Amino acid sequence: MQFIQPDINIDFIGKRFIGFSISASLILISLFSLLLHGGPKYGIDFAGGTLIQIKFNTPTTVDTIQDALKPVGITGASIQQYGDATNNEYLVRADIAYKKLEGLSGKVQQALIEAVSETDDTETSSSTTESLETSESAVPTPTTQTVAQEAENSETEKTILPAEVRRIEMVGPQVGKDLREKALLAMFFALLFITIYISGRFEFKWLVSAVMAGGLMIGVYVIKAIGISMPFLIVFALILAMILFWCLRLQYAMGAIAALIHDVTITVGIFSIFDKEFTLPIIAALLTIIGYSLNDTIIVFDRIRENTRKLTRDTFDNVINKSINETLSRTILTSLTTLIVVLTLFLFGGGIIHDFAFAMIIGVLIGTYSSIFVASPILLLWKLK
Amino acid sequence: MKNISPRTVIILLVLFGSLLYVLPSFHIDVWPHKKINLGLDLQGGMHLVLEVEAEKAVESTIERMGNDLRREMKTNHIKFANLERKAFQLHLNVLGRESIDKFNKVLDDEFQEFRIASQKEAGEQLAIVLDLPDSDVEEIKKKAADQALETIRNRIDEFGVSEPDIRRQGNRRILVQLPGVKDPGRAKDLIGKTALLEFKLVDDQHSVEEAIKGKPPLGTEILYQVVENRQTRRMSKSPYLVEKRTTLTGEYLTDARVNIDSQYNEPYVAIKFNKKGARLFERITESNVQRRLAIVLDKKIHSAPVIQERISGGEARITGSFTHEEAHDLAIVLRAGALPAPVHILEERTVGPSLGKDSIRKGIISMVIGGLLVIIFMVIYYQVAGLIADLALALNIILIAAGLAGFQATLTLPGIAGIILTIGMAVDANVLIFERIREELRVGKSPLAAVDAGYNKATLTILDANVTTLIAAVVLFQFGTGPVKGFAVTLSLGVIASLFTALIVSRQIFDSLLINRQLRSLSI
Repeated sequence: MQFIQPDINIDFIGKRFIGFSISASLILISLFSLLLHGGPKYGIDFAGGTLIQIKFNTPTTVDTIQDALKPVGITGASIQQYGDATNNEYLVRADIAYKKLEGLSGKVQQALIEAVSETDDTETSSSTTESLETSESAVPTPTTQTVAQEAENSETEKTILPAEVRRIEMVGPQVGKDLREKALLAMFFALLFITIYISGRFEFKWLVSAVMAGGLMIGVYVIKAIGISMPFLIVFALILAMILFWCLRLQYAMGAIAALIHDVTITVGIFSIFDKEFTLPIIAALLTIIGYSLNDTIIVFDRIRENTRKLTRDTFDNVINKSINETLSRTILTSLTTLIVVLTLFLFGGGIIHDFAFAMIIGVLIGTYSSIFVASPILLLWKLK
Repeated sequence: MKNISPRTVIILLVLFGSLLYVLPSFHIDVWPHKKINLGLDLQGGMHLVLEVEAEKAVESTIERMGNDLRREMKTNHIKFANLERKAFQLHLNVLGRESIDKFNKVLDDEFQEFRIASQKEAGEQLAIVLDLPDSDVEEIKKKAADQALETIRNRIDEFGVSEPDIRRQGNRRILVQLPGVKDPGRAKDLIGKTALLEFKLVDDQHSVEEAIKGKPPLGTEILYQVVENRQTRRMSKSPYLVEKRTTLTGEYLTDARVNIDSQYNEPYVAIKFNKKGARLFERITESNVQRRLAIVLDKKIHSAPVIQERISGGEARITGSFTHEEAHDLAIVLRAGALPAPVHILEERTVGPSLGKDSIRKGIISMVIGGLLVIIFMVIYYQVAGLIADLALALNIILIAAGLAGFQATLTLPGIAGIILTIGMAVDANVLIFERIREELRVGKSPLAAVDAGYNKATLTILDANVTTLIAAVVLFQFGTGPVKGFAVTLSLGVIASLFTALIVSRQIFDSLLINRQLRSLSI
């Protein structure tokens, strides 16, 4: 079986300006959306805050939860249904990190249980009696029941309560800021290490690229100590890196890194358009996208390197075009298999992994596109001079 | 197969070894006994990052030294005024020429630790500010963090959590991981409690009401006793006027146990002082018969019994309407000792066991579905060669599992995602090779030559592509915490495993098919 015919010859290089304009407009849309939303939307990992995931045994409403949380001191929380409507599962997010978190989960649980018990009395009591088999006492109102139960027998507490706190995440603002900086630095460093490897492997410029990357790393560390905001620093460092690539003629590194920045920017932009949150797993996804897209790019580069030696008479344009075409079948196939598994993760992996899989889907698509339309054509920039 | 190549031996050894490591995770007990560790997000549990408020330890040290100084000045009849602590400094005024001389002598003889931050002599009055050298302050802070770590470790050990992970993170942070903890709230209370036990005499001379309205008399403070009625769940708060001076602290405890009061059938905590504590306690009770002695824990009064007689032997009990668990936990924290400084929670992640099970189930479902789809796809697209790739893929997953167990790495939910992703990407190496082989066959080479050329040309490409992914994974590992680290681990293992399976295992299968079985055509 074959999807791509062996003698395929699409003129990718001839159409590179179409590719450039598509990429440019995608990046502009991404930046515009980021600007409109005031930067990326940070989840509690990076912004700090509290997230509580609760599963009720009986149906309840967002308003009930909202009211129940007021006495505990959580106001203005965003409450979302989580998963299927029949699950009765909710996510509560509040911006504040509770310094006095001790006992908060207990209080929240208590407040929510009481709220549920009060609103739908009939339903709750039926479900509580059912689960109350271990209790010796008769069946008074559900509220006192649970209270008495709690005092007597906290071992069985979890199975008897009409609600269960399944997950609590609380991140203090300082930790959030630390993580944000660490994430940015991680991506930046990954890019620099990759630069060294590519320049070394493809152009034998190990030393030049290592000195350049080392200089950038030290520079970022020194300037960081002065206390300049991290995002600006990284953006500036990346622009500087691009200029250095140009001056030092590290063309393969420039192509690859430009493609990676392209991929990450667009993924971040699409996240911003869909109003999705950045959490630690999303950073993991972005780094994987970097790895994946690079994988694709390198395979094309590898073929270009091989073909430049073989086809000495051809123009560089033709060599690149031929290389892309020769690897096209593999590019499509690998993207397909990766897409299959990422899609199953997206569909069956459950809530926590959902956004991760979403980021990966975008990343795989954009990464495949960029290795054909961004990374390789950039190699031609030097020829145009 | 007459002659077995060394490569086959290596493959079989690796396969055998990895099976040994994988089997214990499926409850088949074989030699290495290493199971795959599940992360907190999969088995449920609690992850806490605490920060030690080390400044408080410095403050209380200075406070204590201030008290010593006060006592010393009184015994030497030095006149002074306005002795008070502001942040890390002690401010005071010494009055009169004679007092100033005596004060300087006391300061030189007894309080050499103090650094003189500033002093101003105006007439007969010396205004002096004392503090501690910076190195001492740092030392106190460091000690506070060390001691807090040790204390928390002791408390958790006594609480009984299997395989807790407690370690320093940076200068003042403590990371606590409690897998499978049943009652996170209780564990958190236990860890976070400062557990500073103090005995203070109740001031009977002045009325509490007036003190609340106005200003409490010199040397006294108002503390509250909070009692919760468990039937009505109402809190009642009653104020006490107590002397600021602490007569005795939990430092002198040697033991704390839960006992049940036979009369009321209520649990209480029996405490035992060491020799010095017992002597102090005896002296206090002796000279204060008929007064009330408040037992204060973290600035809250637990009870304030009247001293009936001199108590020798150094035993006392702390009552207060405890549940059995509360009494049990209180005994633990008293035994383990007080935290040198309060701690607060910077980060908390608690996952209930049911959510973890859900995540495992969903993870495995997606792994099976994704894996099957890829396997079917490969067979359809590459036929027999696809089957070989599938074999390599299966081995790949076994290798990842063995790697997780062997290195005792932790499998997290993003880690499962990493494995699933590797399934998709692992076939990439095989796809690269197969496409190359197809190219070579098209040129008209024999199957054997085509396979040989295909592998030779693809090897370098595969190495380059995987090394870069590995770079991203290693950076991720360096940066990551908990779950993300788990992802980096499975991704790296997956990359390495796929190099092995694609370049060595599937190659060997091709070779044995083509050479030993003398196949003339290749179904690819």
